[in-house]
Amino acid sequence: MTAARGKWLQLAVLAIVIAALPLIFPSGYYYRVGALIFVNALSVVGLVILIGLAGQISLGHAGFAGIGAYACALAPAHLGLHPGLALVLGAVVSGLLALLIGRPILRLKGYYLAVATLGFGILVSMVLTNERALTGGPDGMAVEDIGLRPLLRDLGWRISGGEFWYGISGIALLIGAWMALNLLDSPTGRAMRALHGSEVAASTVGIDVARQKLRAFVISAVYASVAGSLLALQNGFVTPDIAGFMHSIEMVTMAVLGGVGSVIGAVLGAAILTLLPQVLTVFAEYEQLVLGAVMIIVMIFMPQGLLPSIMRRIRGRGE
Amino acid sequence: MKTTTRTAFAVLLGMGALSGAAQAEIRLGASVSATGPAAFLGDPEAKTIEMMVEEINAGGGIDGEEIVLTLYDDGGDPNKARTFATRLIEDDEVVAIIGGSTTGTTISILDMAEDEGIPFISLAGAISIVDPVREYVFKTPHTDRMACEKIFTDMKAQDITKIGMISGTDGFGASMQAECKEVAGDQGIEILADETYGPQDADMTPQLTRIRDTEGVQAVLNPGFGQGPAIVTRNYAQLGFEIPMYQSHGVASNAFIELTGKDAAEGIRLPGTALLIGDLLAEDDPQYKVVTEYTAAYQAKYNEEPSTFAGYAHDAVALLADAIARAGSTEPDAIRDALEETSGFVGTTGTYSFTPEDHLGLDLSAFRMLEIADGGWKQLD
Amino acid sequence: MDALLQFIFSGMTVGAVYALVALGFTIIYNASDVVNFAQGEFVMLGGMITVFAHQAGMPLPLAAAMAVVAAAGGGVALNRLAIEPARSAPVVSLIIITIGASILIRGAARLIFDKQLHRLPSFSGDTPIRIMGATILPQSLWVMGGAVAVFIGLWLFFSRTLTGKAVLATANNRIAAQLVGINTRWIMTLSFGLSAAIGALAGVLVTPITLVSYDVGVALALKGFAAAMLGGMGNPRGALLGGILLGLLESMTAGYLSSQYKDAVAFIVILAVLFVMPQGIFGKKPVERV
Repeated sequence: MTAARGKWLQLAVLAIVIAALPLIFPSGYYYRVGALIFVNALSVVGLVILIGLAGQISLGHAGFAGIGAYACALAPAHLGLHPGLALVLGAVVSGLLALLIGRPILRLKGYYLAVATLGFGILVSMVLTNERALTGGPDGMAVEDIGLRPLLRDLGWRISGGEFWYGISGIALLIGAWMALNLLDSPTGRAMRALHGSEVAASTVGIDVARQKLRAFVISAVYASVAGSLLALQNGFVTPDIAGFMHSIEMVTMAVLGGVGSVIGAVLGAAILTLLPQVLTVFAEYEQLVLGAVMIIVMIFMPQGLLPSIMRRIRGRGE
Repeated sequence: MKTTTRTAFAVLLGMGALSGAAQAEIRLGASVSATGPAAFLGDPEAKTIEMMVEEINAGGGIDGEEIVLTLYDDGGDPNKARTFATRLIEDDEVVAIIGGSTTGTTISILDMAEDEGIPFISLAGAISIVDPVREYVFKTPHTDRMACEKIFTDMKAQDITKIGMISGTDGFGASMQAECKEVAGDQGIEILADETYGPQDADMTPQLTRIRDTEGVQAVLNPGFGQGPAIVTRNYAQLGFEIPMYQSHGVASNAFIELTGKDAAEGIRLPGTALLIGDLLAEDDPQYKVVTEYTAAYQAKYNEEPSTFAGYAHDAVALLADAIARAGSTEPDAIRDALEETSGFVGTTGTYSFTPEDHLGLDLSAFRMLEIADGGWKQLD
Repeated sequence: MDALLQFIFSGMTVGAVYALVALGFTIIYNASDVVNFAQGEFVMLGGMITVFAHQAGMPLPLAAAMAVVAAAGGGVALNRLAIEPARSAPVVSLIIITIGASILIRGAARLIFDKQLHRLPSFSGDTPIRIMGATILPQSLWVMGGAVAVFIGLWLFFSRTLTGKAVLATANNRIAAQLVGINTRWIMTLSFGLSAAIGALAGVLVTPITLVSYDVGVALALKGFAAAMLGGMGNPRGALLGGILLGLLESMTAGYLSSQYKDAVAFIVILAVLFVMPQGIFGKKPVERV
């Protein structure tokens, strides 16, 4: 199978799943869960580029999600910008910030990189929590409606909020996945992949290591920011939790759980970690216990993540 | 086909109740923060809601119909709270919702409830929940603003007009800090020093030293909950402050006195509810019966004392049960209308009277000013 | 002047708490290159087990000793059940495993103990000691003494004992260490047990000051991790100094600038230090093998 065919196959599978799932949804609540999975998956796709491709870790990407989310809350309220445009503004701000801090931060390696990115995430969430006059503090602030649904209604298409955001998030994920798959295929993608193996080796074959790392960092920041914006827009409300340390950890866990090298793995990881708390509500007392155990067991038995391990097993049987 | 997939999904997502079954039951939904940073609020609330539903059902339900409770733990995360609110309304098809331990989670639920026309009783403090009034949204706790006013009134009675504040940066502390700063001017109180601490900090002596070194401070106010106020109080004693200290209703529990130690807590004043001083209430006090009965039941079941926050949940369930009985219907709109007509309903927090213009229904009299004396509570007014 | 001294006392107290947590990170890191994000949970376990054993009527020293032993057992179990089976996994997988372990331990503690806050009585009373207008609680001296004692112990362990040197050799090159006859499996068991025991000891010492509940571990691990990285991971001297430095930074910022942004200033300084010294203050520069 050629790489190009693989790309279209993955996108087609994703598109069919997104389009077909509503056929079996028993209630509006499932649209909400679906939309959450897609939004989470979008930010995780960005992390796949950073962690899986370029081999760099970040424990602070929720900071970028926070910037995206608060851009959608603040820009309409203070600058009179349309919420849709605010999403773009948030992405630009996140990208520029990543560019600015990326160069010094990415010189660090391993755990030092982890603590530096962690520090960045904490700084963002601290500003959002403390600048109460602007952000509403820990109580959060309202986000203006994007105004598309009334427009659709005027055009004679009545859909519920849940259905609307399911569609928007699904489309956003498809676009994000398509762009990521293109990148994976490109010379840039191959150059980034070389970093994952060994930075020293990569530099000896003429790859500008710092530049490729920075590129991956900026791209993943933009993904996280857009995902944060989409979440804020569909919730109509945002609090500093979105930029918190736990959210960063959750994002990395989703990426690693699914299989950090692939886009479909990202969706799988996001789906599992989003569904788990919903499935476990009956055993709420044991939720943390189960979540922790799942993380450990998957990592022990499938250190490359779920998807690559499953694929290897399927292929192994085929041979 | 539809039923099979529905069953499959229900099994997949581990849900017990399937709709379409017989309707001889009242479906009640709840989403509280039983874990996470706001577990201090949500844990006793969840326990209370479960206990009261059991009690009502054991007593034959409401008009012979049993309450079926669906309770979710949103972990204090507004995003999760919104998902659970959607689930309660769309999937569990509840007729009313209790919950939102924090202002953030409340606002997430409130949007959904208002859109879908489901009555919702919030357990959070911010005034913005009921001001402006929303058709389907009520709340049982007093607002943080009322707590500030109660404290400031007591301060002025002691001729205290210049104070220092030290607040937690968690939702509760930050919200009350902002509300107190807003009403201070009207109340003739001047805030000379305004410090904060993180909810997990281990030592607050630098902040307190700054307050001590501020010229003219006559008292210190510390809005917050959890370990923060306990550490502040111990540091306060360590630094040898001689001016009075005021705490908020966030620490109104005996556990607070245990955590700070009797000596450090001596003389602290705070606004609390009747629930805290059940054994001090006169037998003809209108709240005597409800407070002592609830406290006894809670202690028997969970082997701990109910906190002020547990009381908010008690009142929410009791108000709803009362409204459903009066409505004689399980239609959300009928319950809402009955709820709004509630008048003179005695709860553990105070006496509630809702009107179309007032969905809080409490006034300042619900707060009682308390002082810690000899490791126990003393009522001041 | 007495304000400055008060800020220093506060910073030293908080810093000693961070240092104790940071010291716990060093042994595991030295033996295996793994940063154990569940380290904070051992601190929590130390506090919680002592509280509950003490409530059940056990004398405090005995309760504390039991907590330390129990936590050490937990550390050994963590290594056997979760770290060893994933030996060859990439760093990011190991991070997820230890974070998973931390969530698991927290969940278990919530079920076994409770969700309430608890406190232990101070070891030498609550009468503050006055020094030139500033005050310090006797328990702070216990925490500082504990941090210094653990530091000295570790320093002697790594530089004077054969086992300590074997730990370092294992970290440096596991296969070479095995070749010269070091039982690397035993070394790993020992490292996790010791780290957990140090964490639990920290928990016992700090609980009279900071209080304890099932969920205090995350915040402690975060600050301890930051302190260890600031000083240079794997170096006991770095852990001690990093912790004290972080504590002083916070108290000075709270005292002279803004209490709202004291944590922010701490992290900005960490970022700045890492930009100049990418391996922390005392860290060694690793060489990448191709």
